[in-house]
Amino acid sequence: MIPRLMQSVSLPAAGVQASRRQFLIGALAAGTGIAVGFRLLSASPAAAAETAADNGAHSFSPYLTIDGDGKVTVLSSQFEMGQGSYNGIATLVAEELDADWSAIDVKGAAGNIKAYGNLAFGGAIQATGGSTSMASSWERYRKAGAAARAMLVAAAASEWGVDAAEITVENGILAHPSGKSGGFGVFAAKAATMPVPADVKLKQPGDWKLIGNPELKRFDSARKANGTEQYTIDVKLPGLLTAVMIHPPLFGAKAKSFDASAARAVKGVVDVVETPRGIAVIGEHMWAAIKGREAVKVEWDDAAAEKRGTQEVMSTYRDLAKKTPAAVARKDGDAEAAFAQAAKVLEASFEFPYLAHAAMEPLNAVARMNEDGTLDVWGGHQFPDVYQRLAGEIAGIPPEKVRLNVMKSGGSFGRRAVFDGDVVVEAVYAAKAIGFRAPVKVQWTREEDMRAGRYRPAYMHTLKAGLDADGKLVAWNDHIVGQSIMAKTAFEGMVKNGVDPTSVEGASNLPYRIPNQTVGLTTTDVGVPVLWWRSVGSTHTAYAAEVFLDEVAEAAGRDPVEFRLSLLEPQSRHATVLKLAAEKAEWQKPLAEGRFRGVALAESFGSVVAEIAEVSADGNGGIKVERVVAAVDCGLAVNPDQVRAQVEGGIGFGLGAILGEEITLTDGKVDQGNFDVYTPLRIDAMPKVEVHIVPLANPPSGIGEPGVPPIGPAVANAAYKALGKRIRVMPFSKSLNA
Amino acid sequence: MAIVTINGVKHSVQAEADMPLLWVIRDLVGLTGTKFGCGMAQCGACTVYVDGAPVRSCQTLIGDIEGAEVTTIEGLKGKVAEAVQAVWADLDVPQCGYCQSGQIMSATDLLTSNPKPSDEDIDAAMAGNLCRCATYHRIRAGIHEAAKRLEG
Repeated sequence: MIPRLMQSVSLPAAGVQASRRQFLIGALAAGTGIAVGFRLLSASPAAAAETAADNGAHSFSPYLTIDGDGKVTVLSSQFEMGQGSYNGIATLVAEELDADWSAIDVKGAAGNIKAYGNLAFGGAIQATGGSTSMASSWERYRKAGAAARAMLVAAAASEWGVDAAEITVENGILAHPSGKSGGFGVFAAKAATMPVPADVKLKQPGDWKLIGNPELKRFDSARKANGTEQYTIDVKLPGLLTAVMIHPPLFGAKAKSFDASAARAVKGVVDVVETPRGIAVIGEHMWAAIKGREAVKVEWDDAAAEKRGTQEVMSTYRDLAKKTPAAVARKDGDAEAAFAQAAKVLEASFEFPYLAHAAMEPLNAVARMNEDGTLDVWGGHQFPDVYQRLAGEIAGIPPEKVRLNVMKSGGSFGRRAVFDGDVVVEAVYAAKAIGFRAPVKVQWTREEDMRAGRYRPAYMHTLKAGLDADGKLVAWNDHIVGQSIMAKTAFEGMVKNGVDPTSVEGASNLPYRIPNQTVGLTTTDVGVPVLWWRSVGSTHTAYAAEVFLDEVAEAAGRDPVEFRLSLLEPQSRHATVLKLAAEKAEWQKPLAEGRFRGVALAESFGSVVAEIAEVSADGNGGIKVERVVAAVDCGLAVNPDQVRAQVEGGIGFGLGAILGEEITLTDGKVDQGNFDVYTPLRIDAMPKVEVHIVPLANPPSGIGEPGVPPIGPAVANAAYKALGKRIRVMPFSKSLNA
Repeated sequence: MAIVTINGVKHSVQAEADMPLLWVIRDLVGLTGTKFGCGMAQCGACTVYVDGAPVRSCQTLIGDIEGAEVTTIEGLKGKVAEAVQAVWADLDVPQCGYCQSGQIMSATDLLTSNPKPSDEDIDAAMAGNLCRCATYHRIRAGIHEAAKRLEG
């Protein structure tokens, strides 16, 4: 089955960094129907030669299949962790295909970077992150849908002996004015023999039925309401064993020796094995493994381990914050000179703790070696090609012999996008340690999930602002101190001139027109493993900037919304979004007695979100967030109701963090292990939320993360009105009880 | 060896008395709708009914419920449950969906005992069920909507 690669379509990578690659539409017969996909073709002669040599057989990968029963399955390059990427991509395909929405399913795809590489990252890696899924998929999945539709129509035209132009397609049914009609399934096999269309025309926005439709429901809600949705924890295989890990109690420690004799005597324990990441206790089921784990004695070598606690780490940060930044991320004008001449100078420091992703499904992965020498790996593969390579290296097989089964995951928030493959690697090591005689699922307990690392780094910000005699903001300094996420990883090349963009994003691109502005960064070296956590740098940069800006507005005697607007380009997206939020929240109108408002604005991942929080004092020195009004510019909203859902959820996620989440370490050990002490938001602290979307036609930008950054500062600014206190040390529980 | 009735089916399982019901349901009986989230009754993802009352199955030992009738999301039936599940899909309440079996068990129990709960009633009844996607806004709306449909 050799795909026929007929057409070269250059892709204007909408809303994302343009890639130099080109796309080729391909199609082939698959089972009882057709598979339609794309392949990327590098513009370089070498890659073109490579394509000619393999005739595309290894580089074609489907974006959708249609089987003989008319079922449409979308193969998503983007991973589903709850954010609705599957639904969004299915919408793009179904729109152009004129498919029956109720007959759509989506599966995760992996194994071919050429087809599935994320265009926001130049197509070089298949990755879900940075809220890029819709931007990366916008053109190519619509084109795949349109190509499939054209081939179905051609098949029907040939079958019926009519002109293709006379055939209409609606809800998965092809019809001709003569009265002939048939479903996709009838023509799927024949469609695979039709020429791949030379010119794929996409629908005009006015003809869209699904894209932008606020009534469209997620295809996967019902299965999540009846318990049938399948996650990695649910993988069932004959002879499957379950392993729990014993990770080193200190980051950087290694097992010196272990005694598993008592553990092996525990009923149901199959084996206890060592992996480079810790000890795996393998049982017939989870409970046997957990009981076995309690009986294992491990001696650790902590010579190279990080032994500092967070108090020592933050104390170091406070010293570093006073010094000149090690690197400069932004320099407009001459801030030092402007401060020297300023009529009023304000300064404030902010501290942010380590945060755990704490997704509801603790990390897990399943590995099985097959008789034919291929390896199957099930997991929440947010970085599939990285995991494919790592799994192959451990198993001693080439990466193409590793089949990744992309499972939906019970949350992730960035946690399953890791360069070292953590739990995936552990599953392969554990299976290998027992000679691959049975498939092994490694399932972290909640405590492992919380203590074995990968956190939003702790940060410190020191801000300084200068107002001139007229109260105009003329100078701004932001010195950020904290660990780099990308240094010493495969993304190290992104760190330029000592600046990891994920440390400064949100600060280095602050939208306000301040003539003299410096953003400095001092990157620290701490042995606590860190990672992107939903909205990444903007989790702290937006908080520091927007809370401090409120303080500056107050010093200037200005209204917070009006002050921000005066600093923004009047026609900018930022100004539009801020005005929309202010209008919907009735910012100008006085609030009921005991209610207080705060505003914040943040741009992240190509989208702009403003949030206005309304709080009341809870009478115990704290606050209750009653209501949040959000306004969003995320480009075209493919699924408006899912845009709302992401902002609602992002508000709850961000609010939980600022109110009470904190990972602390004592002598190098993580103090928190479970939800009794690490406390994400619960329903009783969830405000009422209203989300307003700016109606736009430009290609979609991010939405999975941008709802998160403004909530913290909006609530802090409201809390200041309620309590008279600027909250500068996170979380609130720490500041308000201090 | 323990005998347990799950969703009306009697199972004889190789479990010692201290094995949590959660792992009996998931790993021995093979019903995967009930989820593991914390293992210490903090998150509610493992909520099932024992003799009709909601419990956290991760902290319910099989030896303590001999002879009891267990209901999981797979066996959840009746007018209230059906209304809740239909509303959950109609309002697109779930995001990742991992906690939602537990949310639905708790929501169904709430509406069974309190057909017209206020926001405060909902918050009190549902505060034991964590949702890291924070779909709480829609959980509240979903419970109100289910109450409305059941009334009409």
